[in-house]
Amino acid sequence: MSFMQIKDLCVHYPIRGGFFNRVVDHVYAVDGVNMEFEKGKTYGLVGESGSGKSTTGKAIIGLEKITSGSIIYEGENVTNQRRERTSAYNRDIQMIFQDSHSSMNPRKRIKDIIAEPIRNFLKLSDQEENRRINELLAIVGMPEDAKYKYPHEFSGGQKQRIGIARAVACNPKMIIADEPVSALDLSVQAQVLNFMKDIQQEYGLSYLFISHDLGVVKHMCDHISIMYKGRFVETGRREDVYKNPQHIYTQRLLSAIPNIEPSTRIARKAERQGVEAIYQTEQHKYYDENGKVYALKQLSSTHSVAMSTQDKGGN
Amino acid sequence: MASSENLLTIRNLHTGFRIKDTYYNAVDDVSINLNKNEILAIVGESGCGKSTLATSILGLHVANNTKVTGEILYKDLNLAGLPEDKFNSIRGNDIGMIFQDPLSALNPLMRIGEQISESLVYHTKFTKEQRVERVLELLNQVGIPNPERVANQFPHQLSGGMRQRVIIAIAIACKPAIIVADEPTTALDVTIQAQILDLLKELQAETKSGIILITHDLGVVAEVADRVAVMYAGQIIEEAPVEELFNNPKHPYTRSLLNSIPQMNSENEKLQVIKGLVPSLKNLPRQGCRFSSRIPWIAADAHEENPVLHEVAPGHLVRCTCWKHFDFEGAEGGQLR
Ligand SMILES: Nc1ncnc2c1ncn2[C@@H]1O[C@H](COP(=O)(O)OP(=O)(O)OP(=O)(O)O)[C@@H](O)[C@H]1O
Ligand SMILES: Nc1ncnc2c1ncn2[C@@H]1O[C@H](COP(=O)(O)OP(=O)(O)O)[C@@H](O)[C@H]1O
Ligand code: SF4
Ligand SMILES: [Mg+2]
Ligand SMILES: [Mg+2]
Repeated sequence: MSFMQIKDLCVHYPIRGGFFNRVVDHVYAVDGVNMEFEKGKTYGLVGESGSGKSTTGKAIIGLEKITSGSIIYEGENVTNQRRERTSAYNRDIQMIFQDSHSSMNPRKRIKDIIAEPIRNFLKLSDQEENRRINELLAIVGMPEDAKYKYPHEFSGGQKQRIGIARAVACNPKMIIADEPVSALDLSVQAQVLNFMKDIQQEYGLSYLFISHDLGVVKHMCDHISIMYKGRFVETGRREDVYKNPQHIYTQRLLSAIPNIEPSTRIARKAERQGVEAIYQTEQHKYYDENGKVYALKQLSSTHSVAMSTQDKGGN
Repeated sequence: MASSENLLTIRNLHTGFRIKDTYYNAVDDVSINLNKNEILAIVGESGCGKSTLATSILGLHVANNTKVTGEILYKDLNLAGLPEDKFNSIRGNDIGMIFQDPLSALNPLMRIGEQISESLVYHTKFTKEQRVERVLELLNQVGIPNPERVANQFPHQLSGGMRQRVIIAIAIACKPAIIVADEPTTALDVTIQAQILDLLKELQAETKSGIILITHDLGVVAEVADRVAVMYAGQIIEEAPVEELFNNPKHPYTRSLLNSIPQMNSENEKLQVIKGLVPSLKNLPRQGCRFSSRIPWIAADAHEENPVLHEVAPGHLVRCTCWKHFDFEGAEGGQLR
C-alpha cells in the first residue's frame, strides 16, 4: 500500500508582459502529474532539461506553490502546507540537492548544518544532539571531527554525504533527491549511489530520484516516470520502461544513451536513426494537435503510456 | 604504428600554473600523437588536466602565470609557447575549437551568420557573396534546418543543441586539419548529445581531419573515439585503440573507472568505488606511482618506482607494471570503501 499519493499535480508559472504587466500566458511547468509512493521503493523521474522534474520535486516538498491538485500523506491532505517546523509531513519528507554546496550556509559548521532538522523537529538535549550527530556522521562514513569544519573544506562527494546526513537526521520516510550525483565524478558518484542504497535498506526509506542520466536511474529505481513538458509520457516498473518502452519519446531517450561497448556502435546508430524516423513521421500518435502529451492510458497493472486513443501500441 | 599520417606530435609537454611563487604542472610530461582521419579521446575525471592540455594546444593560456614547455609539433612549428601573434593565424584556421558551453562561446549581440563569417573574413580572401554562400553551406552541413532564417537570428533564439551546431559550423568554417573539442556535449540532453556526436563523426569522416575529443564520459568515448588516452593526475596512464581499451583495460585506474559506471544491467550490484580522492594540483604526488594511494591492497614493494608507459600490445600503453600481479576481479577490487 502506498503511504503517499500525488493527484493531478499542476504548477503553472504566470508570464507577465504588456503595458500593465498583466499575466499574458503561463509556463505549464508541471501539468497533471499523478504518483504513488510505497515504503522502501525508489521512484525515478527522468526527462530532458526544463521538462519539470525539479518543479515536481519542489512542489511535493512545499518549496513551490501548487496551482492545483493534491498531495495526500498517510490519509491527510497536505497540499500547499508551508514548510512548518512542526508538521509530521515536513519532518518525514526531506530533500537533497544537486549542488549541496549552495544549500549549505558557508558560515555554519557541519555540526550546525546537520543539526538543523533535529532542532526543528526533535527536542533533544545538547548531549543527545551531539550523540545523534556523531551517529549520523558514522552512517555517512565521515570522521567525527568533520563536525567542527565548514562546508568549503569538503569535496563534492563529501558534501553530498553531509547533505544526506542532514536529510536522514530525523528518520524521514522519503527523500526527494534532485540530481544528487550529477555534479560528481564517476568514482565519487559510485560511492554516493552505493551509500544511498545502503541506508535505504537499513531504514526502509523511499526515494524520489530525479535525474537526467538513464544509466543511473536504471541502477537505482524500481519504478520510473518519463517526463516531457510537465507531463508523464510513460510510467512503469523498471522492466516495463527499459525492456518494453511504448512511447516514442521513451524510445528516443533510450536509444540515445551512450553504450560502453564500442563494437555495437554501428547497430546502435542504425537503431537511433530508425527511432528518429518514426519520431518525425508519427507525432500525431504521441502528441495532440497542440503538441501536448496525451493522458496516460494503462497498459498493464504497472505500465502506462500517453498515447492517442485511436491507435495504441500493443503490449 | 607509423602507418597513419601524423598531424600533431606532442612530446614531453609540461603545463604549469603559478600558485604563489611556484609552478605546479597540471599537465606533467604528456606525449601523444594525433593522426589524420581519427578521433582521439582524452578521458579522465575532473581536474586531471584535460582542459589544460586542450588550452595548451590552442595557446589560450595567460602567459604571465602559466608555463608551457615541451613540444607540440604542427607542420614545422612548435606550438608550445608560441607567441600570440603567430597563434592567431593558426587558431580558427588550422585548428578549430569547440567548447562545453555554447552560449558563452557565442557573442549574444551578433547575428549567427556574421559570427560564422567572421573567421572567413580573417582567414580567407572570400568576397562577401562567397562568404554568405559558405555560411549557408556550413549551416546546412551541421544539420540546421532553414539556414537563411537562422543566419539572421541571435544566439538566444536558438536551443542549446542548435547553438552547439553553430559552434561546430564556426569550428569547421576554414576546413581546419585539427579540431579540439573540450566536453562538447556535456551541457546537452542525451538525445541532442547523440545527434551532435553523430554529426562530429560524420564531419570527421568527410573532411579526414583529426579530432581531439576531451570528455569525462566513457560512454561518449565508446561511441565515437578511434583511440583513447586516459589521464590521471596530469599524466597519461593508459592509451589504446578504443576496442582494446574497453575490452582489455589494464591499468587499475581504467578498470576501476569502468567498474564504477552504473551499467544498463547492473541494477542490483554494488558499484565499484575507488578509495580516496583525485589529488589537487598542489598536492599531486610527484614521486612514485600517482595512483598508489588509491590501491592499498598491493604491497608497496610490488610497484614500479616511477612507472613509465609500457607497450603491452601494439598501440596499447600502460603506466603500470603491477597489474600482472593481481586479480582485479577478486574481492579487493570489488569492495573498497
Ligand atoms: N520560478 C519560475 N518561474 C517561471 N518559470 C519557471 C520557474 N521555475 C521553473 N520554470 C520553468 O518551468 C519549467 C520546468 O523547470 P524545472 O526546473 O522543473 O525543469 P527540470 O526538469 O528540473 O530541468 P533540469 O533538468 O534542467 O534541471 C521550465 O520551462 C522552467 O523554465
Ligand atoms: N588557470 C589556472 N590556474 C591555476 N590552476 C589551474 C588553472 N586551470 C586549471 N588549473 C588546475 O589544473 C588542474 C587541471 O585542470 P583542468 O585541466 O581544468 O582539468 P580537467 O579539464 O581535466 O577537469 C586542476 O587541479 C585545476 O584546478
Ligand atoms: S604501478 Fe602499482 S600503484 Fe601504480 S597503478 Fe600500477 S599497481 Fe597501482
Ligand atoms: Mg532540475
Ligand atoms: Mg575541463
